[in-house]
Amino acid sequence: MSKLVYLVPLFPLIGFLINGLGRKGLSKSLSGMIGSAVVLASFVVSLLVFNETRATGFTPVTVNLFDFINTAGINIPFAFQVDQLSALFLLIITGVGFLIHVYSTSYMHDEEPPHYARYFAYLNLFVFSMLMLVLGANYLIMFIGWEGVGLCSYLLIGYWFKNTEYGNAARKAFVMNRIGDLGFLLGLFFILKQFGTLTYIDVFKQAGDLSSGDTVLVVITLLLFVGATGKSAQIPLYTWLPDAMAGPTPVSALIHAATMVTAGIYMIARSNILYTLAPVSQTVVAVIGLATAILAATIAIKQNDIKKVLAYSTVSQLGYMFVGLGVGAYTGAVFHVMTHAFFKALLFLGAGSVIHAMHHEQDIRKMGGLAKKLPVTHATFLIGCIAIAGIFPLSGFFSKDEILVHALEANTIYYIIGLLGALMTAFYMFRLYAMTFRGNFRGTHEQEHHLHESPWQMTMPLAVLAVLAAVAGFVGIPELFAPNAHALQHYLDPVFAASAARVEAAHEIKNEWVLLVVSQALILLAIIFAWTRFSKKPETSDATGFGKVLADKWYVDELYDSIITKPLNALGNILNRFVEKSGIDGLVNGVGKSVQWGGRQLRLLQSGQVGTYILWMVLGILVFFVITLFI
Amino acid sequence: MPINYYIILAIALFSIGVAGVLTRRNAIIIFMCIELMLNAVNLLLVAFSKMHYGVAVTGIPETTAGVEAQLFVFFIMVVAAAEVSVGLAIIVMMYRNIHSVDVNFLNRLKH
Amino acid sequence: MNITEILFWFLTALALGGSLMMVFSKNPVYSVLWLIVVFFAISGHYILLNAQFLAIVNIIVYAGAIMVLFLFVIMLMNLNADNEPQKNKWLKIAGVIAGGCLMLVLVSAILRTEGLKEQTLSLSGSTGLIKQLGKTLFTDYVLPFEISSVLFLSAMVGAVVIGKKED
Repeated sequence: MSKLVYLVPLFPLIGFLINGLGRKGLSKSLSGMIGSAVVLASFVVSLLVFNETRATGFTPVTVNLFDFINTAGINIPFAFQVDQLSALFLLIITGVGFLIHVYSTSYMHDEEPPHYARYFAYLNLFVFSMLMLVLGANYLIMFIGWEGVGLCSYLLIGYWFKNTEYGNAARKAFVMNRIGDLGFLLGLFFILKQFGTLTYIDVFKQAGDLSSGDTVLVVITLLLFVGATGKSAQIPLYTWLPDAMAGPTPVSALIHAATMVTAGIYMIARSNILYTLAPVSQTVVAVIGLATAILAATIAIKQNDIKKVLAYSTVSQLGYMFVGLGVGAYTGAVFHVMTHAFFKALLFLGAGSVIHAMHHEQDIRKMGGLAKKLPVTHATFLIGCIAIAGIFPLSGFFSKDEILVHALEANTIYYIIGLLGALMTAFYMFRLYAMTFRGNFRGTHEQEHHLHESPWQMTMPLAVLAVLAAVAGFVGIPELFAPNAHALQHYLDPVFAASAARVEAAHEIKNEWVLLVVSQALILLAIIFAWTRFSKKPETSDATGFGKVLADKWYVDELYDSIITKPLNALGNILNRFVEKSGIDGLVNGVGKSVQWGGRQLRLLQSGQVGTYILWMVLGILVFFVITLFI
Repeated sequence: MPINYYIILAIALFSIGVAGVLTRRNAIIIFMCIELMLNAVNLLLVAFSKMHYGVAVTGIPETTAGVEAQLFVFFIMVVAAAEVSVGLAIIVMMYRNIHSVDVNFLNRLKH
Repeated sequence: MNITEILFWFLTALALGGSLMMVFSKNPVYSVLWLIVVFFAISGHYILLNAQFLAIVNIIVYAGAIMVLFLFVIMLMNLNADNEPQKNKWLKIAGVIAGGCLMLVLVSAILRTEGLKEQTLSLSGSTGLIKQLGKTLFTDYVLPFEISSVLFLSAMVGAVVIGKKED
């Protein structure tokens, strides 16, 4: 079955081609069916592949399709690699992706048929790119997928391209991604220069022979991490992700849960041996991750747009994943990617359901009391909130706890900051929940009249995701609860074996139970506080004081604008005005003018007088003679 | 007789011809200067022919070395005669059109 | 100084003097006459070099036919009066200097050529006689000779076509 793994990306590609090329002729139901069916087919194949990789002693399978680049010294095949890591990501991408497709068929039903088909074509291309990214057997194939998801995010964020703001958001996402991609590309060049190959197996094997802390490895890993900050929205390139809310809500779910933002995590998890051998880079990854987690969490507390809150929570959760990667808890990071995919997709789709019911109203200050009107959405959303907050026994608890435990092993400060972030997560999620579903309805009368539960195409994915978000944590039961029960750890062990061999055994943590109970109690307190506080007295006025700083996102966008965009524009203006006008134009025009002037002067030689012509001829002959006879 | 004498004489005649072409404006005089140059070359050819013969005759008394050079002179004269007939026809034509044989009137080359 | 040398210097002086006079005469008719003098001097040189056939041909073709043609054309145009406008003085000086430089360059090149100084030419020998030339001309060079007749024919046709009055 592993040999047929190329079918997985092939199906979405076919779907993209059918929907993209036939968008004028396809009916809405047909294009929706095609778009969902191809992803379902991929999911089935992924399941079979996954089942195969679960066998003990499974060795990675490389499927060579054709030679992609083959020149003297460089041989890069177009190959897929199937191992535990890629199989797990295949499942997440196609599984969650399929649910989002099904959800979209209903959510987008107001669109015109050609645009509807265009939407599904983009979604399929997005899934295809992401599958390429995780399936590639070398960094170049990963880069193709890497660029592909960047392009698709641009296309989907700017799906409603007639709105200038949405177009700008799409452009911002693209440019931010490009900045990161440049780092990634430079990293690839360094790898190629250092190891002479981009194929994972060869690179990791050669890297394993290097000593820990090798400068080249540090440079490579830092450059790759720059790429990861772009794709996975970390400081300093995170600002595009909240703006990406301009796209349709299922797209946000797709970007935040299944595809795109997990690319950076996947890439670092894939390159784990490189990072293990570069402790400096690991520290950088962990610190950036922590900073992002805290910064995004503080911003999320004061956002009033339902999607913006979720967007910042994604940035924050991605920060946790990077902390996990930074402290060497690769399994924990991948685990969190998985659980996060479930509950974040659930939350976004739930938010989409709310927005759908509210007729495209996204401001939570104008909601409230929706629990009765949208029972399914309410129940599933609540499960998502509890999961992301990290309450036992839902999935978020297990994955977040695993990362925090490893953070504590590495450094106590990491743990304290991480726990603070977790408290904030619980707080803002339940602020969001309480403002949306509790209290009294604050919208217009007309909106209240039209409130309705969404159709089954939307609630079914919610229900499935809610179940997953609730129980997915049990694949990773920590050592503390039951020895040797961490199924995911056993499954992923072969991928991270090389790294694990390089790390000394972590020192034991005392009183882990105490820490666990205390942290759970603190999170519960935060939840109860937020629930009661915002159910009774919703925050309807604009924030003031420090709250305003948070609501305005710490003015990071304005900061970037003033320290990067404006100086660059000013520099461009100066260059345009002086260097371009008088320098380059002057040079070019000067050449033209001098030639013209010279021509005008030389023209006088052409008097038309035969005598002068002959004189010149004789002088020429004379010069010729002197040269040949005497020199 | 040293060959240099004849070479220098031929060069002198040729240069006078060149100077004449450059200084005069009368098309007929220019044409005559060209004839002079041709004759200078002819003289040079004959002189080299005799030099060639002088070298060869010491080895082979019955040699015909140098005949080709003189035949070349003969052909040059033939061509020159043909050239003169056409050239003079052109000059007559020019005189008929612009009533002058001054080459400075022929300044249409710049157009 | 024997008789050949005296003759050589005399003919050389005649040729150079005649050509200078030809160039600098104001009257075209005089130029033609001076050119005929030059041709005679060159024919004298040919005889001195024992190239009797060329000497005779030179006199007949050049001094006889061609120069008469020139004279005829000049008289036809009534150019005997000195009506040639003066050329630009600087251009004239430039022309003389250019000619002088050409001569200077060539002469100095000849004088610098090693192995040419010792070379002499024999004034005797029968190669220039009509018998020798005729034999070679009508055996080895018969084709160019015949082709030259075609050249003459085309020159004749050309002269007639050019000289024809346009109706």
